[in-house]
Amino acid sequence: MAYLLSLVTFLPTIGAVLVLLLPRRQEAATKLATVAITVATFVVSLPLYFRFDRASADYQFVEVKSWIPSLGVSYHVGVDGISVLLVLLTTFLMPLVILSSWHSVESRWKEFAITMLLLETGMIGVFVALDLFLFYVFWEAMLIPMYLIIGIWGGPNRVYAAVKFIIYTLTGSLLMLVAILFVYFQHGTATNTYTFDLPVLVRFVIPAGFTQDLLFFAFALAFAIKVPMFPFHTWLPDAHVEAPTAGSVILAGVLLKMGTYGFLRFCLPLFPQASLHWAPLLFTLAVIGIIYGAWVSTVQPDIKKLVAYSSVSHLGFVVLGLFTLTMQGLVGGIIQMVNHGLSTGALFLMVGMIYERRHTRLIADFGGLWKVIPAFSVLFLIVCLSSLGLPGLNGFVGEFLILVGTFQVHRLAAVFATTGIIFAAVYLLWMYQRVCFGEVTNEANRRLSDLSAREWAVLLPVLLFIVWIGVYPTTFTTMTEPSVQALITQVQSKAQAASAMLAPDARP
Amino acid sequence: MNPPLVLPSIGLRPILPLLVMAATAALVLLLDLVPPRERKDHLGFVSALGVVATLIVTYWMIFSAGGADLRGFHGMVVLDTFALFFNIIIGYATGLVLLLSMDYIRREGMESGEFYILLLLSAIGMMLMASAGDLIIVFLGLETMSIALYVLAGFFRTRIEAGEASMKYFLIGAFSSGFFLYGIALIFGATGTTNLDRIANAVTAGAGRDPMLIIGLGLLLVGFGFKISSVPFHMWAPDVYEGAPTSVTAFIATGSKAAAFAALLRVLLTAVRGAPIDSTMLLWVLAAVSMTLGNVVALAQQNLKRMLAYSSIAHVGYMLVGVVAGGALGNGSVLFYLLVYTFTTAGAFGAILLLERSGQEAVKLEDFGGLAARHPLLAVALSIFLLSLTGIPPFAGFVGKFYLFGAAVKSGYVWLAVIGVLNSAAAAYYYLRLIVFMYMREPEGAPTVLAPSLSGALALVVALWGVVQLGVAPGPLFDLAQAAVIPLLR
Repeated sequence: MAYLLSLVTFLPTIGAVLVLLLPRRQEAATKLATVAITVATFVVSLPLYFRFDRASADYQFVEVKSWIPSLGVSYHVGVDGISVLLVLLTTFLMPLVILSSWHSVESRWKEFAITMLLLETGMIGVFVALDLFLFYVFWEAMLIPMYLIIGIWGGPNRVYAAVKFIIYTLTGSLLMLVAILFVYFQHGTATNTYTFDLPVLVRFVIPAGFTQDLLFFAFALAFAIKVPMFPFHTWLPDAHVEAPTAGSVILAGVLLKMGTYGFLRFCLPLFPQASLHWAPLLFTLAVIGIIYGAWVSTVQPDIKKLVAYSSVSHLGFVVLGLFTLTMQGLVGGIIQMVNHGLSTGALFLMVGMIYERRHTRLIADFGGLWKVIPAFSVLFLIVCLSSLGLPGLNGFVGEFLILVGTFQVHRLAAVFATTGIIFAAVYLLWMYQRVCFGEVTNEANRRLSDLSAREWAVLLPVLLFIVWIGVYPTTFTTMTEPSVQALITQVQSKAQAASAMLAPDARP
Repeated sequence: MNPPLVLPSIGLRPILPLLVMAATAALVLLLDLVPPRERKDHLGFVSALGVVATLIVTYWMIFSAGGADLRGFHGMVVLDTFALFFNIIIGYATGLVLLLSMDYIRREGMESGEFYILLLLSAIGMMLMASAGDLIIVFLGLETMSIALYVLAGFFRTRIEAGEASMKYFLIGAFSSGFFLYGIALIFGATGTTNLDRIANAVTAGAGRDPMLIIGLGLLLVGFGFKISSVPFHMWAPDVYEGAPTSVTAFIATGSKAAAFAALLRVLLTAVRGAPIDSTMLLWVLAAVSMTLGNVVALAQQNLKRMLAYSSIAHVGYMLVGVVAGGALGNGSVLFYLLVYTFTTAGAFGAILLLERSGQEAVKLEDFGGLAARHPLLAVALSIFLLSLTGIPPFAGFVGKFYLFGAAVKSGYVWLAVIGVLNSAAAAYYYLRLIVFMYMREPEGAPTVLAPSLSGALALVVALWGVVQLGVAPGPLFDLAQAAVIPLLR
């Protein structure tokens, strides 16, 4: 068990090498092997849940190995209550995504499988890395597979979307690199130990003031682009619409969470004073994102684009929750990350299924699907309701906790944010009504086939968790609470320390 | 009775790696005269073996001679870890270019023994520059290297672009040599010596305030600026890169740049360190302008060789960031980056020169449309080189830039690092554009075919090994690079 996290992280890479060795003609074998590898990764990652010590706020399953000693870079991985659910979400979604690509990926399946498996390693790596250098390596390395997935297997405008995606994210993350280096050297000069180790660096108090603000913004920009927060969201609709279903699900389910995770793991503990000071700005942007995303979703003619813009809205809630720095807000934010991964992931999966049948995603091309494909329509309704936050399903839990947290800190923000839930009901239910209810208006829709066994297999696990989290969220919230509590304490005490030792260039 | 003839004791150890290379050149020169006349493959093999021997000697001197610090010929030649590190870079550059050239020049109908001999002679010049303890030796090395390269640039003599490349390279090179020599003369005038250590002594003794020395140093920087092709001395680079045989382009981009950086660093770090003038601000501007102009103009290029020429100007800008940052970390990262850049650039040019379309070299972006479907392995290799040039982990280019920008941040040049990273983001666009063509476009027109070349494939494997190994485990070689510059900083 000593190498559990490394195994989870690199099993997909080993799998990618295996797939590489399979002959190209054996496409069926390639598909089975890829599913087997992702399922194996999920099974291997299960001890992270069962053996996780729920009472502890510390990092667990930790591995430390010196990597570049002269720089103080180590291979340091571990999970705590903040990251463990995201790792599990990643390993859980991957087999479903591979299954969903069975027919929808029509060319170069082998390359697709290799790219997806390498992507999985990158994503898990981002969530488990506890060394800033290692984190950055995974963070950047993961861009390339995603770029290829959008650019090779995407829609007609895929090249534009892929390039936009990578240039946007690269710009943000490169500025973060400079900030990482700055923190590294500041800590090194002050303490004479040069290290990229996160648990060591978070104990270092950077004096409040202009420098800490700049560093905070360099990190925040990288994460805000990734989330994406208004006004850095413009890459997202393009990327989502052009990406193949698998790409969209992973993008929405996991990649966007890296932004919010980054805020939580790096911005808050490293720059607590700046985080608290600039929280109103982030609240404002988050609320604008919630409302703007919802409004823009409402008027989309394309279902996939509607779901894409709804992500901007939903992720706004997460950022809102994180920066309240209250127990409810943070736990809600973390649960909402998982919820969004499940609900929006499922929405993209179902949009992909319907697109496979009809090769269109325009709402106007559908209507009356309830009569033709009832099973699909029922599941689609459940997923829509979960996404709009119906009590009893998962979305409600996260949004409710976030709003409770926000209300304590910033009432006005809570009031405006709540309208986002109403608009969510508007755009999702209106879309659902036009797609599934009424008469069958388009003759092409009459011959549609209902869900296949494979599609049931993809959707049922997601639905299970949608209901589980909705009915009994405690299973998951208890995992996060100790770590969240520790984070809040740490941020508050550090912020006080930082304010106490005001830098010479401090604001008045 | 005649007095006994006293011979000055000349230790040859300080030029041992050079001797191995020179002996190889001489051997190849002789072998060229004997049959077989039609095929010259064996000359390439002998040259490559000579390069391997040079590398072995270099490694041996680094690791067993206990970090050699040898001086010979009255301080004219210095063989320290710094010189040995550059010998490694130059050795890899020469070896890779040799392997890439063997089938390439035959394919282009220009196979002859002179090619290998000129390549080796040029490498000797480069190694001499790296070991120079005296400005005269720097100049000798520079000329040995350059004259061989002028000829190599025009080696495909039937092509009109080759003539242009060679002529342009020669004229501008001669011009820059003039600057360089004039600079040496002025420095000699100010200090009374051309020996770097003695210049350093004179500078600390007060000659540093002499305007003649400052002007002389400025002229030296101009001469070096031409050789490393930093802005504003870069104008020759795109035309020469485009017209020269692709393997020679790779050599100009890697070996000659490394050698010029070696001499530049040695002059800056030893000879004029004590001078009261500060060239940092000047280099700061050169770095920022080189990065930005190189990347911006590269965005507009359709010809890959021209694109890589402008990208190389940008990479010189990144390396100058390390020079500006200074110290063991800054200068060490320049050395490390040169090594990384050698593997990456030689690999990228190598992958390009293996391809041809309708009997022409494939150098246009369109030639790479849909390449991934037809030649997946080559496409993967070229993509890795491009990602390394972009600076994406886990490849060497990322670690190289990480060290360079880290050094800049450490020395307080945060904004220069910010300019650097923004440039890297812009550069991603044109590097990835080639990946777009390879993976995301359909092939159009005549197919682009892979020229079979065992030696070329070997070169790509070596370059890939370098790019991956330096990216995943950069520690040992970076420590060596730092160890190489620390003695110069004392």
